Amino acid sequence: MPRLKAGQRHWLHLTLNGKAVEGEAEPRLLLSDFLRYELGATGTHVGCEHGVCGACTVQIDGAPARACLTLAVQMEGAAIRTVEGLAPAPDRLSILQEAFREHHGLQCGFCTPGILMSLDAFLREHRRPNEAALREVLSGHLCRCTGYAPILRAALAAAERLAKEAGDA
Amino acid sequence: MKPAPFDYLRAETLEEALEALHQAGTEARVLAGGQSLLPMLNMRLARPALLVDIMPIAALREVADAAGALRIGAGIRQAALQARPGLARQQPLLAAALPWVGHAQTRSRGTLCGSVAHADPSAEIPLVLVAMGGHVHLRSRRGARRVAAEEFFTGMMATTRAEEEMIEAITLPHAAPDSGHAFREVGRRHGDFAITACAAVVDARSARLAVGGVADRPVARALPLPSDPALEDALEQFAWSLEARDDLHATAAYRRHLVRRLGRAVLEEAAACRA
Ligand code: FES
Ligand code: FES
Repeated sequence: MPRLKAGQRHWLHLTLNGKAVEGEAEPRLLLSDFLRYELGATGTHVGCEHGVCGACTVQIDGAPARACLTLAVQMEGAAIRTVEGLAPAPDRLSILQEAFREHHGLQCGFCTPGILMSLDAFLREHRRPNEAALREVLSGHLCRCTGYAPILRAALAAAERLAKEAGDA
Repeated sequence: MKPAPFDYLRAETLEEALEALHQAGTEARVLAGGQSLLPMLNMRLARPALLVDIMPIAALREVADAAGALRIGAGIRQAALQARPGLARQQPLLAAALPWVGHAQTRSRGTLCGSVAHADPSAEIPLVLVAMGGHVHLRSRRGARRVAAEEFFTGMMATTRAEEEMIEAITLPHAAPDSGHAFREVGRRHGDFAITACAAVVDARSARLAVGGVADRPVARALPLPSDPALEDALEQFAWSLEARDDLHATAAYRRHLVRRLGRAVLEEAAACRA
């Protein structure tokens, strides 16, 4: 592959929430900024930009990851999922989002997109998560509003609902 | 908090990567999972002219049993290794330490070799490598060499890796049949770098303790068995030899205290899980 030059924009092709998209990026552009400024997907938030706060967490090929610790140019051909991809329809929330609403899992909402993307990936693989495992997932996120307890309640409620829907309750 | 400009090369083969590193010298940095390098770039603590992305290189994405050791290629992510069947049996110390490396959200991309290359004195993977007596495999256009972990780390984020060399793999000897292992660390929050981390390997006749987060690199030492009353003095002497320093997170005295207490705890735990 040719060397991508600094200071020049290069075309990238990837999948965002199931749809093929393309955009231009300088090599130094972070995935978080590529999503927000190039693709207009501003649901992904940016806090610390060094991997600590978790606000920018998205799913890359199914796994939760920090968009601020990823270069856009590394994402050629990847499948990215962001908070915009969670709701099944424009007027309906996902089970996890609905649980956050019910249990007051958010106040200002700054941390929420990242937390949702981590929990969404985790709950897909862990049908019956215990509280300790959920706390471990949440340890990768900072929330300055809720004190985490309502988030934990929302996650447990969502897990229960998901298990019920899957028919193994 | 945005990186300074750099060129980006997605290397498809090892030869391509080595050639680029040879030509660029100190100007280039290897990019693997990016979980140590990207913070450095974002904070402009590093300003390389070229990043060589080695993740497309198939030859580096191998984990293999090699002569009683586990060989982990530079493209292997921490989460992928954590999910490897049998890891806790072959590599109990690594299996115990991996959940402490960053968060699930960074282990999904971060590589083991990347953490070794970064050489943070409080990082878990370099500590395990030193505790187990592992090796770092380096390669450049001029050839390959193997360095013992204890010689590889030379100081705060400093290693014996030469300018144009890259880490190709690390190897960790498998746990000996009659040995026990334990890992513990103390940090302010889960996922933070450790204030002090301790890793122990104990068999019938010997005990070895490795400590991270205190000296400017991970340090291992042979110590008396936990049942031996001489351990107390040996731990005391080990703790002072690490030349702990005060910083924002903890005092030097607290770090020495942790070496004594956590050190004894992991040695006892390792001895107990042998039995
Ligand atoms: S903005 Fe990415 S972790 Fe804080
Ligand atoms: S809801 Fe405000 S930071 Fe979490």
